[in-house]
Amino acid sequence: MSSKLNVLDHDMVPQHLIMSEEEVTELFSRYDISSDHLPKIFHDDPAVKTISGKPGDVIRIIRKSHTAGEALSYRYVIRRPKK
Amino acid sequence: MKPEMLDSIDSAALPVKTKTQMKEFLAERDITDQEFDAILAQVIAEYQKTRIEPCEAVGVIAAQSIGEPGTQMTMRTFHYAGVAEINVTLGLPRLIEIMDARKEPSTPTMTIYLEEEYATDRDRAREVSWQIEAAPLREFGDITIDMENMQVVVVINEAVCEKRKIKVEEIIARAPEKIRNKRHYRDFEDPVIEGNTLIFIPKFREKYQNLFQLAEHVRLVIVQGIDDIERVVVRKEGGEYILYTEGSNLKDVFEVPGVDTTRTRTNNISEISQVLGIEAARNAIIHEAISTLNEQGILVDVRHIMLVADMMCMEGEVKQIGRHGIAGEKESVLSRAAFEVTVNHLLDAAVANEVDELSGVTENVIVGQPIQLGTGDVKLIARTIR
Repeated sequence: MSSKLNVLDHDMVPQHLIMSEEEVTELFSRYDISSDHLPKIFHDDPAVKTISGKPGDVIRIIRKSHTAGEALSYRYVIRRPKK
Repeated sequence: MKPEMLDSIDSAALPVKTKTQMKEFLAERDITDQEFDAILAQVIAEYQKTRIEPCEAVGVIAAQSIGEPGTQMTMRTFHYAGVAEINVTLGLPRLIEIMDARKEPSTPTMTIYLEEEYATDRDRAREVSWQIEAAPLREFGDITIDMENMQVVVVINEAVCEKRKIKVEEIIARAPEKIRNKRHYRDFEDPVIEGNTLIFIPKFREKYQNLFQLAEHVRLVIVQGIDDIERVVVRKEGGEYILYTEGSNLKDVFEVPGVDTTRTRTNNISEISQVLGIEAARNAIIHEAISTLNEQGILVDVRHIMLVADMMCMEGEVKQIGRHGIAGEKESVLSRAAFEVTVNHLLDAAVANEVDELSGVTENVIVGQPIQLGTGDVKLIARTIR
């Protein structure tokens, strides 16, 4: 079999980075928000698993934007709710 | 251009794209510091003007910008998307499919790119396609029903196996196992193997029906390729061979040697969100929606689609636009009731003692108040002139 698939290498997957605690505090105070206001991402999302993010982490996503070239986005890691 | 100018472009509050364009434009030019400062200030001012104002009702603008051109779309298109003979749903049905976040599109299809050494060689590209296209046992040899001895005889053709790069032993091992994995199969004794011949005997031999049904299973059992992928077409585009498929299974295709796991894609958005994650799903929604619209000659600004995709991917999984998704989770009772299943929403809200804050657009239109946007957002207090 071919080498194990690395999700982050795929064209459609933007760069995911786990933010440090200081960065998160800075982000929250800059926009005056809390983790509830951020878009969510599940802890078992393939990209989160690859960078081994845990519930409670904030992930910085560097998207390739159609309009701005590059755009920053943030997602808060939560547990996938049980069906 | 002086190097310190580059630094000041880099530190300016501008999008990356604008910065690169500025650098390219100014690279060869000879400008003074004064001119540069004027240009930079002008660019920043122009950029600030293009930004949307806070509290602007972008959702309504997006809805109209997609909705109006949507009325121009063909209701029903059974189009061959220009690519080989593969039929793909297009036009309005496809757009609805994307927005509804269906688990499976009506015509799943994949575009498989190959790694460099496979992409340039037709024979090697074919080899990869054999590994992907589902091939039933009947394509690998002769299957005959021996009524006298109550058995199904399979004689595997070695030349075909040679051509399709699969060993006879592999087929012999895989066929009985895969038949047993099917939900409804006629039970059979462990098959007799003699060189290239495989003999299946049904367990219950009192009825011929069992024999015929077993034979049908033997004929159709998939011994090579990926079950979901019914057809593969190899095409040369831009100097490399690309595989187009009918049917989609991203996870298994990624396992096939020779497949480029960085570019291969599918039109099944829910599969993308499972295999590649929510951010990839967001990108897929944007790509699929914009290409469906553009294919019909409709040009919608990508920002409207981006907003829709962002809303759909907000909660970590792909949610549909509509009463089971975004529209059904709105805060306001009146707004939900105005959308679909009015009575249910009003009844449930009454039972749960829900309160409507009347902060949105729809609610205020219903009760006949000015909406809190634009001129409606301004509150005037009269001060008497002395």
